[in-house]
Amino acid sequence: MNVEGLLSASIRYGTPLLFATVGEIITERSGVLNLGLEGLMLMGAFTGFVTAYSTGNLWLAFTLSLVVGALFALIHAFMSITLRVNQVVSGLALTMLGSGLSGILGRAYVGRPAVMFQPVAIPGLEKIPVIGPAFFKQDPLVYVGYVLTFFLAWFIFKTKAGLTLRAVGEEPAAADARGVNVFWVRYLATLVGGALTAAGGAYLSLAATSMWMENMSAGRGWIAIALVIFAAWDPLKAMLGSYLFGFIMSLQFRLQATGEVHVSANLLLMLPYLVTLVSMVLFSINESFRKRIGAPSALGVPYSREEKT
Amino acid sequence: MSSTLLEVRGIVKRFPGVLALDGVNFDLREGEVHTLLGENGAGKTTLMNIIFGLYRADEGEILFKGKRVHIRSPYHALQLGIGMVQQHFTLVPSFTVAENIALGTRDTPSRVAAKIRGISEEYGLEVDPHAKVWQLSVGERQRVEIIKLLYAGARVVILDEPTAVLTPQETEALFKAVRKMTSRGTGVIFISHKLNEVMEISSRVTVLRKGKVIGTLERGEFDQNKLARMMVGREVVMEIEREKARPGELVIKVEDVHARSDKGHIALNGISLEIRAGEILGIAGVAGNGQRELAEVITGLRRVESGKIEFLGKDLTNTSVIDRILAGIAYIPQDRKGIALSPNLSVAENLFLRRKEKKVWFNKREIFGHARRYIEEYKIKTPSPATAVKYLSGGNMQKVVIAREFSLDPRLIIAVHPTRGLDVASMEFVYRSLIKARDKGVAILLLAGELYEIFNLSDRVGVIYEGKIVGYTTPDPTPENIEKIGLMMAGVAV
Repeated sequence: MNVEGLLSASIRYGTPLLFATVGEIITERSGVLNLGLEGLMLMGAFTGFVTAYSTGNLWLAFTLSLVVGALFALIHAFMSITLRVNQVVSGLALTMLGSGLSGILGRAYVGRPAVMFQPVAIPGLEKIPVIGPAFFKQDPLVYVGYVLTFFLAWFIFKTKAGLTLRAVGEEPAAADARGVNVFWVRYLATLVGGALTAAGGAYLSLAATSMWMENMSAGRGWIAIALVIFAAWDPLKAMLGSYLFGFIMSLQFRLQATGEVHVSANLLLMLPYLVTLVSMVLFSINESFRKRIGAPSALGVPYSREEKT
Repeated sequence: MSSTLLEVRGIVKRFPGVLALDGVNFDLREGEVHTLLGENGAGKTTLMNIIFGLYRADEGEILFKGKRVHIRSPYHALQLGIGMVQQHFTLVPSFTVAENIALGTRDTPSRVAAKIRGISEEYGLEVDPHAKVWQLSVGERQRVEIIKLLYAGARVVILDEPTAVLTPQETEALFKAVRKMTSRGTGVIFISHKLNEVMEISSRVTVLRKGKVIGTLERGEFDQNKLARMMVGREVVMEIEREKARPGELVIKVEDVHARSDKGHIALNGISLEIRAGEILGIAGVAGNGQRELAEVITGLRRVESGKIEFLGKDLTNTSVIDRILAGIAYIPQDRKGIALSPNLSVAENLFLRRKEKKVWFNKREIFGHARRYIEEYKIKTPSPATAVKYLSGGNMQKVVIAREFSLDPRLIIAVHPTRGLDVASMEFVYRSLIKARDKGVAILLLAGELYEIFNLSDRVGVIYEGKIVGYTTPDPTPENIEKIGLMMAGVAV
């Protein structure tokens, strides 16, 4: 088995997870829990594919999937921030709506090939042995993922706006008292998070493959939700986690393809979920670790000024 | 005559089923401390929340420096120059002091830190700008809140029951800072129901009762008795008359109990005590010396690591909570809204949350009838039995707790800060209820922070220090005895 190929595939499998995970990190940092990632990814994948199929313009397709993701997340924002309904219910509804809607609308497009992003090598860096071809001979969206992750890490932890975002997720009342518009910040964070998640979906139909399939996200949205916890709401750790899962996924396909190891395909497909569960258990068992990673205190709690609790 | 900073006229505010403010007028001058005095549920905090932009008034107007303003939000209030330190602090625990203060301003945390030092020095409000808020004591957090307002240049500073969480030394420091503020022309609105503090700091006092202004008095026109009368509308008997206790059989025996706190530190370090039927044992001590853990090991909410708890001769160590409730242990916890009551459930439902009911089905008429009896007997002020408990004032919530716990016919009552945050009338009610229970032969363990409460109620006084009872004394408020308790509380052997 060649290591370069495996690493390279890991990055490609990890990228859609990365987009969705950092998107959800932004959303959750503002105190909104969005369990609709699976639906958002499917809407993103569908929008991207249809646009690419009909216009042939990949960047337009990518951009439109961002827009649709934001619009779709707007439903969740309105439900959970303005109407203050239970965020878990609203998020689950979003997942079902997204998979259903993309399934119906996409029926006519199943099996039709469209264009896809091609790898672009970065001169110089690609020459580094092993790492070069794996990390720097990829399609442009992978590079967008790199830049995005570092940008978001800087944004969340080093900027004034990031401070505001975290404050809203930790103590909305405190932020409100300081003149921060909690509703606006949460709306914005939910929309941006939705857009990025949809971009993760678009990667599946624009870069990983060049076609549309019903439910093609295949549970990646759920893995991303687990990865947010795994990453302790930190984009850099999300990158590590996403690529690690990408590695597991690609390993699983290789093992199946080579036939060297005779393991049931179902068992292998289960692997990412198993790792998710195990990592969550490990994180929760270690108390000092749990305290240190610290989920946003107000996660999933709607904010209202006059509500007495 | 200094000029008026702030004036409110004819403020009306309604909550579901409650008229919280009924045509309130109030004003604040430059450089004064204007105290807002009133019982729990009188509307003090509601009025301040309106001035601070948290609530919208249903009627009435607010004038700031003579101009009519519509305060849309706390931020808008702060921009105008009105700031408030709320009872529940609005700080982000995981942020540093400087980050908290930088939030919502144009300044970066590092630039803020330097300015904080200046304010700290000027007003004597010492705090480390780089400390994380969760590491700070309550008194320090309050200082951060005040610095936040001064940083924003507030001309009106509202302090909502600031001393409720402070030690006497911290209160002294707070008053010093308040005097510094007023000497610079800032107007301070001080909310409290501790009369001695009100006497000490106020230039003027406005008394609120049931959402109405009873009167505004200038310094020199008020004294403690007059204010107490205005506040409750009748003379307060704080010296509760009671007969000498007649201790009966041994009810509870705690023997050499060790237990840990939530953080895993040793909280109870070999504590032993005995309480007999018909007596009240008051436990004095500085907060955090194991009082909470003591209550919890007896009620079964906390595991005992070693030692023994005997109740009416039976070993109850590490049995379940329900076993102990059925055995006759009632609990009046410190945290009314979290542990004692379920805030979103109705008064009737909360009263029905008793585990002696063996019924699977219950009908609404029955629990409402049951609730009405208690509402009448304990004079619980609620619009109806169906009102959610969270809309009740602190005193009435406590009445719900007491009504429910007493209805179980307990043999032992554990009361933790039973009057914290309550007004004088509710306090008196709680005292009378506990003494009535004692006279019926109930054993009572009283864990209270305020010494006068210990003196008012106890038949014996024990002092807890670092998870152990370090000594016993009588409940006589003589100077020698107070000194003795003080020394024991401070860990000095007597």
